[in-house]
Amino acid sequence: MPEHRKVVIIGSGPAGLTAGIYTARAQLDPVVLEGEPSSTSDQPGGQLMLTTEVENFPGFPDGVTGPELMGHMRAQALRFGAELKTVKATKVDLSARPFKVWVDGEEPSYLADSLIVATGARSLMLGLPNEDRLLGYGLSTCATCDGFFYRGHEIAVVGGGDSAIEEATFLTRFATKVHLLVRRDQLRASKIMQERALHNDKIEIHWNTKVTALHGEPKLTSITVEDTVTGASSPLEVTGIFVAIGHVPNTSIFEGQLELHDNGYIAMGEGSRTSVEGVFACGDVQDHVYRQAITSAGSGCMAAIDAERWLEGQGA
Amino acid sequence: MSDNIITLSDATFDEQVGAAEGAVLVDFWAEWCGPCKVIAPILDEIASEQAGKLTVAKLNIDENLEVTRRFDVMSIPTLILFKDGVPQARLVGAKPKGALLQELAEYL
Repeated sequence: MPEHRKVVIIGSGPAGLTAGIYTARAQLDPVVLEGEPSSTSDQPGGQLMLTTEVENFPGFPDGVTGPELMGHMRAQALRFGAELKTVKATKVDLSARPFKVWVDGEEPSYLADSLIVATGARSLMLGLPNEDRLLGYGLSTCATCDGFFYRGHEIAVVGGGDSAIEEATFLTRFATKVHLLVRRDQLRASKIMQERALHNDKIEIHWNTKVTALHGEPKLTSITVEDTVTGASSPLEVTGIFVAIGHVPNTSIFEGQLELHDNGYIAMGEGSRTSVEGVFACGDVQDHVYRQAITSAGSGCMAAIDAERWLEGQGA
Repeated sequence: MSDNIITLSDATFDEQVGAAEGAVLVDFWAEWCGPCKVIAPILDEIASEQAGKLTVAKLNIDENLEVTRRFDVMSIPTLILFKDGVPQARLVGAKPKGALLQELAEYL
């Protein structure tokens, strides 16, 4: 028998857990479907589980690590009675209320009067053929997890945004040299992060550069890079490659049910409202502009308050 | 951490895993690894549920470089299943409980 809840929250990054804290405090008895363990950012705690120091979350003057911050948020949600389930929502039916949410099996596990979507975004991969085989054998999506193993090695980081530079800078603690491979002729990263990369002697920036092949068996031994201006290919001997080239929203289970933008992000109405009444969205799944832990947490609060008021209006 | 889980070190590894009979699942982890924290409660559950069939052991890679290097671990969490002291299977990265048990099933 499916469990009937007033509020089901899908996702457990800053948005989902903040929505959990607020709806639990509002006595709405929420269940948070946290997601399942993985080594990608699509996991309980979300993208922050793969980050190092978070320096810009207000309230932590000395910084805090991503996993620690998420541990605090989780504990806070639990303290107010949110139920956290380490399961992944695999399917939803938003065609009628209560909404149906499947976790595993043929039958829906939850019926939800209101649904808060906080499924976030996950890291893009390079899309090269032997990527899966080399994941964990030289190819990494988590500098914090794997940087340690590259002490004394020469490695590459792919990407030009804040996360790429954060990873590159972090990895200079271990690596003798970090090649930062940037597809364009400039960095997308914020000024403070750019300064860090440009002034770090261990980081060599390769502009207009893309990765076209990964080599090595069983472990990565080198990569091929292409100059996007001249088209010339050259080998680069690195034993590690860290990928931080951007994100895609986790919206596949909502396709055809919620209005999405062309880039896959959820199209938003007023506040945290989506195209379906009673379904609210928050965090990176609906934000391809700011994508910060604090904006995500803030939008989780908005979704909780919107859901609460909407439920009140329904007489629930 | 469950009472069923043993804590390994470079000094005790050969005795507690190398010379052990039966199946031992070694979790290579570190304090600073987010995905390692996510799978910790799952390993607790597996340790309790599979008690008698499988020993679950943890090795902190920060403190035990020798064993970490010996098995060429280069990403954590890495789980290596040993049977009678011989490595049989290697699972890299955090995975859901069902997926872990499925991959371990043939060795249990």
